Amino acid sequence: MLQILFDALSLGSLYALGALGIALIFGVMRLVNFAHGDVIAFCVFALLWPSTDAMAIVFAGQLPWYLLLPFVLLCGAGLSVLCEIVVFRRFRQANPATMMIASFALGFVIRYFLLMLFSSRPKSISLLPELSQPVEILGARLPLLQLITIVATMVILIGLTLFLRQTRFGLEMRAAAENFSMARMLGVRANRVIMGAFALSGALAAAIALIFGAQTGTLDIQMGASIMLMAFIATVIGGLGSLGGAVLAGFLLGAASVIMQVMLPIDARPFRDAFVYGAVILVLLFRPQGLIAARGTKERI
Amino acid sequence: MGVAASLTNSTAAGAPAAERKPARFALARRTILTPVLLSLLLLAIALITVMTGSRPFNQTVIDVFVRVILVVGLYIFIGNSGVLSFGHIGFTCLGAYAAAWLTINPMMKRGSLPGLPEWLLATRLPYWQSATLAALFAALAALIFGRVLMRLSGIAASIATFAMLAMINTIYSNWESVTGATSSVVGIPIVRVIWPYLIGAVVAIFIAWAHAISRSGLALRAARDEPTAAAASGIDIPRERLVAFVISGAVMGLGGALMAHSIGVVTPDTFYLGLTFITLSMLVVGGMGSLSGGVVGVVLLSALIQALRWLEAGVSLGESTFALPKGVQEIALGVIMIVILALRPSGLMGNREITLPRSSRNK
Repeated sequence: MLQILFDALSLGSLYALGALGIALIFGVMRLVNFAHGDVIAFCVFALLWPSTDAMAIVFAGQLPWYLLLPFVLLCGAGLSVLCEIVVFRRFRQANPATMMIASFALGFVIRYFLLMLFSSRPKSISLLPELSQPVEILGARLPLLQLITIVATMVILIGLTLFLRQTRFGLEMRAAAENFSMARMLGVRANRVIMGAFALSGALAAAIALIFGAQTGTLDIQMGASIMLMAFIATVIGGLGSLGGAVLAGFLLGAASVIMQVMLPIDARPFRDAFVYGAVILVLLFRPQGLIAARGTKERI
Repeated sequence: MGVAASLTNSTAAGAPAAERKPARFALARRTILTPVLLSLLLLAIALITVMTGSRPFNQTVIDVFVRVILVVGLYIFIGNSGVLSFGHIGFTCLGAYAAAWLTINPMMKRGSLPGLPEWLLATRLPYWQSATLAALFAALAALIFGRVLMRLSGIAASIATFAMLAMINTIYSNWESVTGATSSVVGIPIVRVIWPYLIGAVVAIFIAWAHAISRSGLALRAARDEPTAAAASGIDIPRERLVAFVISGAVMGLGGALMAHSIGVVTPDTFYLGLTFITLSMLVVGGMGSLSGGVVGVVLLSALIQALRWLEAGVSLGESTFALPKGVQEIALGVIMIVILALRPSGLMGNREITLPRSSRNK
């Protein structure tokens, strides 16, 4: 029972972090960033030295954890800001569909760039191996990593909340998310806020990359995409642009996946994802604006 | 609002047919050049292909025609309703598998897909009949899904259609006895002649044109541009969207069936995110507001992909061979798409249609 709870929480953590990364950017730019998954993949591969061999040549992955964490987080933030400066800045005025396809094309470029450097073979890596030992809590044996995932997510969420609520930059960002043009008129610098949002979102992507890499032990170009899709769905169910909603929906999706895996009859288990997506459609039918509707996204007439 | 609603109603039902008919044919006459010109463009491509007589080139052009069908199918819904759908490739999947069920040799079917009902196991139809039935099957699925999904709009509708695609994909990748799960279904008769695909593409283009100038298509475009005003004038937006959804579902199903016949193998993952994004990109790069945009987007991007592939394979320039390193093809494609979108945010064609200068009202 406890095992199920922790499974749900740790899967939900990944989805929630991914959804936050997407919601942050949507909030300030109205951009649904399909390149987010590829930023995650990029951060994972930043641990390796480029080579197309089957053996992974670990480079940054060998660093002690107190150097590893900032390095990967900086990689994610840097790439994300670079994307903004090079590509998305030119699409500020474009309609959402165009931006979406542009972000998809950008993700495509990043993915094939990685493929060129690393080839498409999945690589195994033991990242922070001391974390995979099981620990015993209240009679349930849990991998230490799962606990750390959940704790790390909580820390990130609390830190982010404090950042958004207590600092001037956070205030500007929230103002921009609510009404971008009004915020600009009141002296919020558009470029700074947007770049800040991209940097945060990139750092979140890096956090996911670290957790996921340590959990699975294999690095695969495709791994960003699967989390990205769920995170994207979580963002919409949560209410696009609402950060709290994104986190809530991320945890709900994780919980729904894990619970259905356990509760469904054996025959129906392979179809689990179909049930999860069916539930998504149902939620959207009853709350098309999302669980927690963000202010300022309502269409005005 | 009440006045406006009753006005539209009276023109719809009350006015004598003789008064409306000339107006309708005038619209058709003014716009017929677009599908004709687009069909001629495709016909020219087909003729050039037949004249060169090269096998691989033939297959490439067949792929292009299949994509034209798919992108035109997307245009019917996305272009007219303004709602971005990520789910239409699901209907392509349904169409392709329906074609497989109907055309594979019954002996083979009994071995590989034993879960099919008896009457389906025994049938074996020629490809054009199976393609028609596949289109109808996809349209039926679109009707069922659309009844639920068309209540939504904006990004919620996009995500809901994506959830639909993921559902279809999960079911088809796991229903071992009916779809062969993730392993490929083989034995679909392959049609290597180019004409059926050309006819399919032309039919799709004319269906899209006929829908766009129909009462329902006009109402839907009005609702896309001014939802509040359209609803106030008595347009039932979910209903008009449903009409477009079903028609585009049928066209996507047709495309799926022809795609199955062009490669002879189907797997569920052929019809998932990769195809979704490549067809959507073609539509958006071409210009999602116009039929010409969709067709031009397919032709240009396909030509670009092909050219990059040739460069990657190596081109001999005099003495030396020039070849791009592997992987550059995709990167270049992505970069070119971004550049096109940055320069022309509403696509290559904007929202205009291809037509002769004389009859164009935009110039």
